[in-house]
Amino acid sequence: MKKTHIATLKKERFDDFISALARLQKVVAPVARGNGQFAFEPVVSGNEIALDYIPTILPPKKYFLPQHETLATFDTTKGQQMEPVVAYEKMVIFGVHTCDLAGIQSLNMIFSERPKDVNYLIRKSAITIIGYECNDYCDEYASCRLVHNHTPNGGYDLFFTNLGDKFIIHINTQAGDDIIESAGLFEPAQAADLKALEQLRSDKRKLFANEVPVVHENIPEVFAKSFNSKVWEDLGKKCLACGNCTNVCPTCYCFDVIDEPNLDLKTGKRYRRWDSCQSETFAQVAGGESFREERGARQRHRFYRKFKYPMNKFSRLFCTGCGRCSRTCMAKINLKETLTQLVKEQAMTDLKAGNQ
Amino acid sequence: MKELILKDSEYEIKRGKIVRTKMMTEQEKLFEIVLPGGDNLDHDPGQFVEVSILGAGEAPISIASSPTKRDSFELVVRNVGRVTGALHKLETGDEVGIRGPFGKGFPVRILEGNDLLFVAAGLGLVPLRSLINFVIDNRRDFGKVTVLLGCKTPDNMLFGDELESWRKRLDVNLNCTVDKADPEWKGNVGLITSLIPGVTLKPKRTFAVVVGPPIMYKFVIQELLKKEIPDRQILVSLERHMKCGLGKCGHCQINGIYCCQEGPVLSYDRIKSIPEAL
Repeated sequence: MKKTHIATLKKERFDDFISALARLQKVVAPVARGNGQFAFEPVVSGNEIALDYIPTILPPKKYFLPQHETLATFDTTKGQQMEPVVAYEKMVIFGVHTCDLAGIQSLNMIFSERPKDVNYLIRKSAITIIGYECNDYCDEYASCRLVHNHTPNGGYDLFFTNLGDKFIIHINTQAGDDIIESAGLFEPAQAADLKALEQLRSDKRKLFANEVPVVHENIPEVFAKSFNSKVWEDLGKKCLACGNCTNVCPTCYCFDVIDEPNLDLKTGKRYRRWDSCQSETFAQVAGGESFREERGARQRHRFYRKFKYPMNKFSRLFCTGCGRCSRTCMAKINLKETLTQLVKEQAMTDLKAGNQ
Repeated sequence: MKELILKDSEYEIKRGKIVRTKMMTEQEKLFEIVLPGGDNLDHDPGQFVEVSILGAGEAPISIASSPTKRDSFELVVRNVGRVTGALHKLETGDEVGIRGPFGKGFPVRILEGNDLLFVAAGLGLVPLRSLINFVIDNRRDFGKVTVLLGCKTPDNMLFGDELESWRKRLDVNLNCTVDKADPEWKGNVGLITSLIPGVTLKPKRTFAVVVGPPIMYKFVIQELLKKEIPDRQILVSLERHMKCGLGKCGHCQINGIYCCQEGPVLSYDRIKSIPEAL
């Protein structure tokens, strides 16, 4: 008989589940860091995990694309000779919200497109993902409904939904099923559990309302007409070009490649580290010419890389609606507000054109 | 944490041996490089390589020689930064790391049978030389060939001897200009744009190929459009910082285009709707 894809786990067994899992391999999960902030960190028991968390400071991309990553080590005593390397770790990421699952899916597209990034792909294959449903909004910064990420769209091995006294789990892959089987703590789902899940999703449909006055499908169209909008100039005046927004973005993946010689000046490493299109030198060429000199142009570039360019290339928005960029911005640049301004400006322009 | 040595990393470098160097101007040095086992670089004119000196870093450098030169290739490097500064210290017998070739070069198959108008300013001559020499080595495959060159002063003129050999050919029309002449200079004085109106051409069968500093493109393209050369027959090579060469790192991105993948050679037809291109 074909096995079922749904299981349940009693709340009181959650701690045992995580402890058992952590004995077999590294488990990382959201942990409270104080001041209402959370971070993915290694855990050994379920008690450490903050189940009710708002998006972590850094998204789980840090496990797929580390902030610093050695690409090669070198020894120049025998000439220009290097050894390309990858460091990876088998791990389970527990508690990935649907927005961050979408972020990982986006990164997967980028790094598996040819020429492939083997470093990323090897790390990806060592990671098991357990998703976790948001039953309610995390806070006012999120715009997950706009981009249809408030409910799961795949990209996980297991997916947990909190039903109060138990979790209901969607088993999406064999790797996920292996975890369920080896834990021996899970039970088959009853009809009442499935009904409860259905009820929860239906409640969510009412709870999650579009955060910006535009439908998903029309977003690229708004951006197609907004390149010369005054909105970008205004953002440029506010922006401090600190790069916080790109660092915390689950789909920002730009990097710099740098050599670091050791003290002997013969050996060393070539590594990459996160870079930001918001920094002044990012698009500079030798000789000093910069192609996005204004902060407004750089903010515009960030938005277009979320809402327009990936649509043309991957038929997918690269904004996951997690709200991190707005939450972290020191200058209070708000993604929801910016989109709303663009939509309103567009409506005014269309109205004027119609009147003529 | 496990560490694995990769056999298929895109960051792997080939060990290139420098077999000849030549200071071309005060700032620009030519390097002739041979790959291990005498392997052919197998590039198209207009492509670039990532050149590395381990410890200093990598820099994208245009290939200066034609693919018809098979046993070695040439780079011309201007001393402007960390990597290029380190490169300038290297001499014959030294090694450099090579990745690539990368990017889309000039569409030589499409250029075949057409008249060609080359417009190069400053270092733009370097990638263009690859194409010009390719055309000269396959001369009967192409129509009329006109080369317009510009640079700041006669001292800055690259490939002086080679320019003389082009000038002597009956199948190449060459015209040079400098911004500022010296007493020995016999050519034109003025911007590169001033040479274009004097060129006689058949716009429908002419491809213009333009390479130079970013500031130049708008003005040169305006002159070419006055000559009624169709948008898709104006080709440019855009300068951006291609850091990884793999369409990932983001530095070379022009709106939605990764210059290192879809460029650096692009037609005016393509880029005229891309606001950040020129």
